[in-house]
Amino acid sequence: MTTVSVNGRAQGTTKWLDLYVNSVAVRCEEGSRVLDAMDEAGFEVPTLCYDERVGAQGTCRMCLVEVEVNGRTEQVASCTAFAEEGMSVATHTEEIKDYRKTLLEMLLSEMSSPNANPYSNKVGPTEFDRAVEEYEARWDAFPRLRVRDKAVHDENPFIQRDYDYCIACYRCTNICNEWEQAAAITVDGRGQESSIFTFFGNELMDSPCTFCGQCINTCPTGALTDRKVVSQEISAEEVDRTQTICPYCGVGCGIELLTHEDEIIGAEPDFTAPSRGSLCVKGQFASWEFVRSEDRLRHPLVKQADGTFRKVTWDEALDLVSSKFKDAIATEGPDSIVCWASARVVTEANYLMQKFARVAIGTNNIDNCSRT
Amino acid sequence: MSNSIEELAGTDFLLVAGSNTTEAHPVISLRMKRAVKNGAKLVVVDPRKIELTKWATRHVQIKVGTDIPFFNAVANVILNEELQDSRFIRDRTEGFEAFARHVQMYTPEYSAEICGITPEEIIETAREFAAAAPKAAICYTLGITEHSCGSHNVQSLGNLGLLCGTLGVPNGGVNPLRGQNNVQGAGDAGCIPTDLPGYQKVERPGIRAMFEKAWDAPLPKRRGITKITAMEQMIKGRVKAVYVMGENTVVSDPHANHAEHALRSVDFLVVQDIFLTETAQLADVVLPAASFAESDGTFGNSERRIQRVRPAVSPPGEARSDVDILLEMFARMGKPQKLKTSKDVFTEMASVSPIYGGLSHERLDREGGIQWPCGDEDDPGTEYLHGDEFESGFPGFFAPVDHIPPAEEPDDEYPWLLTTGRRRSTYHTGTQTGQASGFQLLVPHEMLEINPLDAADMGLMDGDLLDVSSRRGKVTVSARVTERSPRGLVFMSFAFPEITRTNDVTSDAYDFITETPEFKACAVKISKSEYQDEDVRVAQRRIRLAGEVKQPTELMPADGRGDK
Repeated sequence: MTTVSVNGRAQGTTKWLDLYVNSVAVRCEEGSRVLDAMDEAGFEVPTLCYDERVGAQGTCRMCLVEVEVNGRTEQVASCTAFAEEGMSVATHTEEIKDYRKTLLEMLLSEMSSPNANPYSNKVGPTEFDRAVEEYEARWDAFPRLRVRDKAVHDENPFIQRDYDYCIACYRCTNICNEWEQAAAITVDGRGQESSIFTFFGNELMDSPCTFCGQCINTCPTGALTDRKVVSQEISAEEVDRTQTICPYCGVGCGIELLTHEDEIIGAEPDFTAPSRGSLCVKGQFASWEFVRSEDRLRHPLVKQADGTFRKVTWDEALDLVSSKFKDAIATEGPDSIVCWASARVVTEANYLMQKFARVAIGTNNIDNCSRT
Repeated sequence: MSNSIEELAGTDFLLVAGSNTTEAHPVISLRMKRAVKNGAKLVVVDPRKIELTKWATRHVQIKVGTDIPFFNAVANVILNEELQDSRFIRDRTEGFEAFARHVQMYTPEYSAEICGITPEEIIETAREFAAAAPKAAICYTLGITEHSCGSHNVQSLGNLGLLCGTLGVPNGGVNPLRGQNNVQGAGDAGCIPTDLPGYQKVERPGIRAMFEKAWDAPLPKRRGITKITAMEQMIKGRVKAVYVMGENTVVSDPHANHAEHALRSVDFLVVQDIFLTETAQLADVVLPAASFAESDGTFGNSERRIQRVRPAVSPPGEARSDVDILLEMFARMGKPQKLKTSKDVFTEMASVSPIYGGLSHERLDREGGIQWPCGDEDDPGTEYLHGDEFESGFPGFFAPVDHIPPAEEPDDEYPWLLTTGRRRSTYHTGTQTGQASGFQLLVPHEMLEINPLDAADMGLMDGDLLDVSSRRGKVTVSARVTERSPRGLVFMSFAFPEITRTNDVTSDAYDFITETPEFKACAVKISKSEYQDEDVRVAQRRIRLAGEVKQPTELMPADGRGDK
């Protein structure tokens, strides 16, 4: 039987192409983009308008590279150009680096300040800011012709919109319309006048927005940010990330928890997980506040005769539990005890719970909440 | 799931039954929307006009609990038009002849009458499914299983897969979408009264002997009891002690008064959780556990993918991880374990469970999530099951199943049918989403969704307070007038138990094979509440004070919740 990859292409029929990126030989599947070949070879360029989930647009021109194939040399956007047999790709020629710098400086000239981006300051540099740093692009290289409108009045508690930092890359509208298919935001106006817009200029709460947060996570500049994160008193230098799995439904989307001094301050999708950077409103905006909740249990509790709980030590609590279990086993037999595991906790704890029931108590009375 | 989430995007036909995917599994719905964008047909079989119907080629709006006549009639059409995959049936199935005879009575006309739809909807669905097969994926969730005939519902879907050979191929399959983050893992780990880890049967002597050797301990021979049976036995006094880890049974289980009564009946209740839930308040001992963000281990997702969970922060106060607590409990019961960490536990589990054989924390850290079965280190895992033969080792059996109406149907006294489920921005019993700032703006409190024509008949407006009662209990809830509900059917979630404990009302019937409760159908009556001018929270408190609704949380701890 032929093995077939998930996108339906039979793997046996793949045609391979050999090419060079900055003199590094790489092999990629026919139909790959030049960008994929560069990625394979380990060379990175800024890709401000590209999100693999909705495909290439070729509008920001930052991924421009010089290719030589069949004796002709040309400059192409590596996100829209396809790899060819025998192609030679140069990603960082002086000419192209200058070109990228100029493009970045033109984009910077539309921003009112180079240093105020909330995402870069509080979480870490955005894709755009990383490119600005790498190419040493100056904010004041060009006169300020027009600064985009500042923060939009939108009181939703989740998504902060500040179009001062918008570079009209349309990743947010593409992800909203093509991937999430919520159709909450669109592009309004043309050229320099273009901006991201909700229908009728409504606030997001009054739009079809589901607050999945994918616009925030694809935004390369920090024009769209997680309000819950950027409203906190934190600084980017002290933010750590932990790759883990969303605690809600059975899809198991990869998330990264952002932490600051042993406290969770937010969540972002893990783009390396099979969920491909998607989350829903729960994973993006509800996956961590409950962890910090004041209502968390902090001590073992034992119920007293009057029905109220008393704080106890672990020793006291566990001694009480084990003596009660031993009593029940001795007087009524092991089947008088029931253990219920959980579809919410890690598999390892579930394994131990069933082993505890079977080995330590001696009963198969173990079940979990999958029935309910 | 027999197949993988990403495969859904590449299919040609999607049959989604009893799954409010955009709300309950939003990220899986992205793959479905993508398939539709790529030209796939999507047929949504659901009594409610759920959001996914916006993407559907056809919304088959069957009556609640009429799935079997619908799917049997689809099979009837496939057979009468000779659209089945005869080769697959010959090579890989048994029981076809009996099944073919059985569905002859389920003509499109006969079933359409029961389901409240037109025969054409059945005929067209059957033709499209068969034409797309084997690239035709069936997805279902609790709208199929949470019925007293839930396991038969699943079999009626499985029959379609066998009939058209959509099993064991990419982009096909019969796919249950798992509701909770680690339902799959809890089952894999052996938290089932009949199964040891890796779905190995307790009552098979060879299996038990193998585990006795691996664990160096004698094991009980007889299968255990399920939750539903356990609760009955608690009330009868046969179960004396209960150890609950991470589950808010009192709120999540149907006929909640019954669950609460059961747990109050036992001599000794231990609850291990992260909050003082309604269930924990009933406990004799409460053990504070670590949340997912403080735990080291794995979750198994809907597509059988085992993924690493890593601690980002330390647990609050003296709270400890579930693994640590359980290892300590073993020691105190005189059965100390050599295991120290979550990683050790996983290694032992993989050594006794062939489907996990090739997995380890190190490999998952290195390669990312892997789908079981994964037999050894070189096995890349399994994208779709049943490739050359069924995982069970047996042929696929056709199941001739018949229509069984819900255990409780509307009558003169309780004229409405209530069905329950999730909403996107609230999850389950609300202990976690209830803590997220801003979410109260998305769904502020429980709402009873009711059809505009029904609302007009009763003189109801959006936001009116209603009393909803069944033979088992009563709740107060505000009205949400919406076309999502067809006439005669009302909908609620159960995410606001402090104000509206939906499961006081739901049915106490359950599936006679799996004992899964019938959350999807119960008969209720609805009347306007006498506290019309008040906020739902105020009204509910007033009713509680008046003693009309039994309140489980009288036992608030003297020192409040944790260290507030």
